[in-house]
Amino acid sequence: MFLIVAARFLAPDVKRFTIEAPRVAKKRKAGQFVILRLHAHGERIPLTIADSDPDAGTITIIVQGVGKTTKLLNMLEAGDAVLDLVGPLGRPSEIERFGTAVVIGGGVGAAIAYPTAKALREAGNHVIAIVGARSRELVILEDEIRAISDELLITTDDGTYGTMGFVTDQLRGIIESGRRVDYVLAIGPPRMMQAVAEATRARGIRTVVSLNSLMVDGTGMCGGCRILTTGGARFACVDGPEFDAHGVDFDLLVQRNRKYARQEAESLRRFLEHPERDL
Amino acid sequence: VKIPRQHMPEQDAGLRRSNFEEVNQGLTVLGATTEALRCLQCASPKCMAGCPVGVKVKDFVELIVEGDYLRAAAKIREDNILPAITGRVCPQETQCEGCCILGNKFEPLGIGYLERFVADYERQSGQLGLPDRAPPTGKKVAIVGSGPAGLSAAGDLVRMGHAVTVFEALHEIGGVLIYGIPEFRLPKEIVRREVDVMRAMGVDFQTNVVIGKTVTIDELMADEGYDAVLVATGAGLPKFLGVPGEHLNGVYSANEFLTRVNLMRANEFPEYDEPVFDVRGRDIAVVGGGNTAMDAVRTAARLGAKTSYLIYRRSEAEMPARAEEAKHAKEEGITFLCLTNPVAFLGEEDGFVRSVRCMKMELGEPDASGRRSPRPIPDSEFELPIQMAIIALGTEANPLVQSTTPDLKTTRKGYIAADPETLRTSKKGVFAGGDIVTGGATVILAMGAGRKAAASIADYLNAGTWDQPQGA
Ligand SMILES: Cc1cc2nc3c(=O)[nH]c(=O)nc-3n(C[C@H](O)[C@H](O)[C@H](O)COP(=O)(O)OP(=O)(O)OC[C@H]3O[C@@H](n4cnc5c(N)ncnc54)[C@H](O)[C@@H]3O)c2cc1C
Ligand SMILES: Cc1cc2nc3c(=O)[nH]c(=O)nc-3n(C[C@H](O)[C@H](O)[C@H](O)COP(=O)(O)OP(=O)(O)OC[C@H]3O[C@@H](n4cnc5c(N)ncnc54)[C@H](O)[C@@H]3O)c2cc1C
Ligand code: SF4
Ligand code: SF4
Ligand code: FES
Repeated sequence: MFLIVAARFLAPDVKRFTIEAPRVAKKRKAGQFVILRLHAHGERIPLTIADSDPDAGTITIIVQGVGKTTKLLNMLEAGDAVLDLVGPLGRPSEIERFGTAVVIGGGVGAAIAYPTAKALREAGNHVIAIVGARSRELVILEDEIRAISDELLITTDDGTYGTMGFVTDQLRGIIESGRRVDYVLAIGPPRMMQAVAEATRARGIRTVVSLNSLMVDGTGMCGGCRILTTGGARFACVDGPEFDAHGVDFDLLVQRNRKYARQEAESLRRFLEHPERDL
Repeated sequence: VKIPRQHMPEQDAGLRRSNFEEVNQGLTVLGATTEALRCLQCASPKCMAGCPVGVKVKDFVELIVEGDYLRAAAKIREDNILPAITGRVCPQETQCEGCCILGNKFEPLGIGYLERFVADYERQSGQLGLPDRAPPTGKKVAIVGSGPAGLSAAGDLVRMGHAVTVFEALHEIGGVLIYGIPEFRLPKEIVRREVDVMRAMGVDFQTNVVIGKTVTIDELMADEGYDAVLVATGAGLPKFLGVPGEHLNGVYSANEFLTRVNLMRANEFPEYDEPVFDVRGRDIAVVGGGNTAMDAVRTAARLGAKTSYLIYRRSEAEMPARAEEAKHAKEEGITFLCLTNPVAFLGEEDGFVRSVRCMKMELGEPDASGRRSPRPIPDSEFELPIQMAIIALGTEANPLVQSTTPDLKTTRKGYIAADPETLRTSKKGVFAGGDIVTGGATVILAMGAGRKAAASIADYLNAGTWDQPQGA
């Protein structure tokens, strides 16, 4: 069992947890994730490690409730526990002194990008953060990201906060202004990452995305997380989750993530009718 | 000898096709005694030579005749600590039974059935006393992976008085016995029971630890004080065909499909959260001819598939699966398409697989493995409509441990290089055994390797030196 020591909502449906996991806390590097299972009937889901405190032996995860498991998780409080938690999985982000790095987080992607942005800054990069959300209340980690970036741009789809529009508008603005951009990291919904890849492709700006394929074991054993790159099939859990954006087949990723849409909807409906069965 | 070989009582094929309960029901006392009486008690028993761990078949069979089933079980356990499992899953026809002298003229003795019988008797009697444990040696051994190799090594080492910790990446102990081999062939309760016995003997099991990620072998030895490490991580990396359309929705690796059902219990969705593709009333195909392919196709049938095809590129005679599995599969209505090879999967607009395009094959000259190699027959392509496919082509070495342990030598194919006698690797204090050394093999070979490793680890811990010649 892995004890939840703190839990707090950052935005509607987005919750931050601090969980006791000493071995993971000690080992984890920016860009890595855990897989957890809430209870004996539960599925295994991947979540990025947003932060860790090796001394306290805790890790932080930030969870957006989108389906049964994440919504159930978001109902848990400090003092509750998670049955299984394994990590840190995946390759750590490549942290180098690139120069000017633009880090883009869409929705909960901001939470996933945060640790890597922080590491890029610590490595001496000039970090421009672009955080996008549908509307004001969904903008998360603004203060945290401001603290570890040199410039912060916020966009909302509906214009209720920051600039109205998409993160890619801001990115294009930066590129077209003639500023030198050496490195782009984009994390968010696949279509957003795809749009970023298109925005940087022509100029050959090194662009990295973190792919959220469906996973089971997270150790390279099942191949369920496979994605297609120009270099062939790769397993996101062990070869990624970060990949060169310009080589990724995003259409296939979107397609494969829809595999269980019907079952996911059924699972969520059943859960919302009787959440007490799982709590 | 006039007595015919006893039949294994089985669940009716029509019935079992829709449940996950065990197919073989086990011999009755009468059946077991009758079968045991068939044994000739040979002066130089060939059966024993056919068993990779040298189970004293003749002796335990005699104890069955005497009606002393508990001593029969103890006799098997001298060489084989997981008899309830091997009695069910060993490829007996090529091992003990394949060598039994009775087989020259009649059917061989049902050694697997008898082994299973005494092991089940022992378990149901509840009389399994814990073996004696030697006084603590003060030495710590880490075992990486909890499949049959890791488990059998743990059992032996803990009995010798060493402190043993087994690290497992998944949330449940047992390796392929848990996530791969389905319930209808090996009830999970049997594996769990063996694990409980080991826990009671003092083995410390730590799930959710991926060695190489959560902690490295060097850290185990330098920071956590382990004196020796056994790497028994299996051969878990799935192979794909590399043909077009393999990434369509509904095309699984056998590992993924079986893990979803066996470990995550997706067959009980939505009671269990993990989903699996809904095959009720649909046609499916499994590609391969080994135990994994049989398990996958029979599992899919149990999930409600209408027609389940097994596509295999050689002929049935070359199939590596246990003979009993092929027989059971046919009884359950699986359609075998031998001498057939998939060349592409075709999909619907929405990305779900719609059909598999295959080529007919014929057998040519024997290849390096001694089997006649299949070659395509020109212009023989045909399309088979299916809505789910499972690729069961075998597995390769998972590189997680090797890539994070720089001084651990590997073979060209990425398996760990270990001395065949001592199972020592190129790294001091580190041993390796099971599928991660041999490539995908069998439960009994993995168990044999685990026991050999345990003895070798004990030698090393006693002597404290690492000066023997190494094959690595
Ligand atoms: C490496 C990695 C890191 C991740 N990190 C985080 C994180 O830090 N915070 C966070 O909130 N989420 C993260 N995710 C996504 C998270 O794993 C999924 O949201 C979760 O598995 C959904 O489970 P569910 O049962 O709640 O929803 P489901 O019922 O499985 O799905 C509900 C909806 O979410 C979509 N969905 C399902 N699985 C995923 C997925 N893997 N990625 C994206 N969408 C999905 C489905 O298409 C569906 O529309 C990460 C995913 C990966 C692969
Ligand atoms: C579907 C299927 C059916 C089979 N049927 C039969 C049969 O009928 N008869 C037969 O004799 N054989 C059968 N086999 C083969 C047999 O199961 C294997 O040869 C045997 O299990 C190998 O044992 P092992 O201990 O070497 O490894 P495994 O059983 O593979 O166990 C290895 C364990 O190590 C864990 N692990 C891997 N990497 C790490 C890491 N880095 N850190 C921590 N843990 C790790 C894995 O999660 C796994 O639990 C079958 C195999 C499959 C897949
Ligand atoms: S362990 Fe396997 S091969 Fe050996 S006697 Fe038992 S069933 Fe036969
Ligand atoms: S070879 Fe056959 S008949 Fe002879 S002892 Fe062994 S099991 Fe009995
Ligand atoms: S999640 Fe199974 S291989 Fe990546």
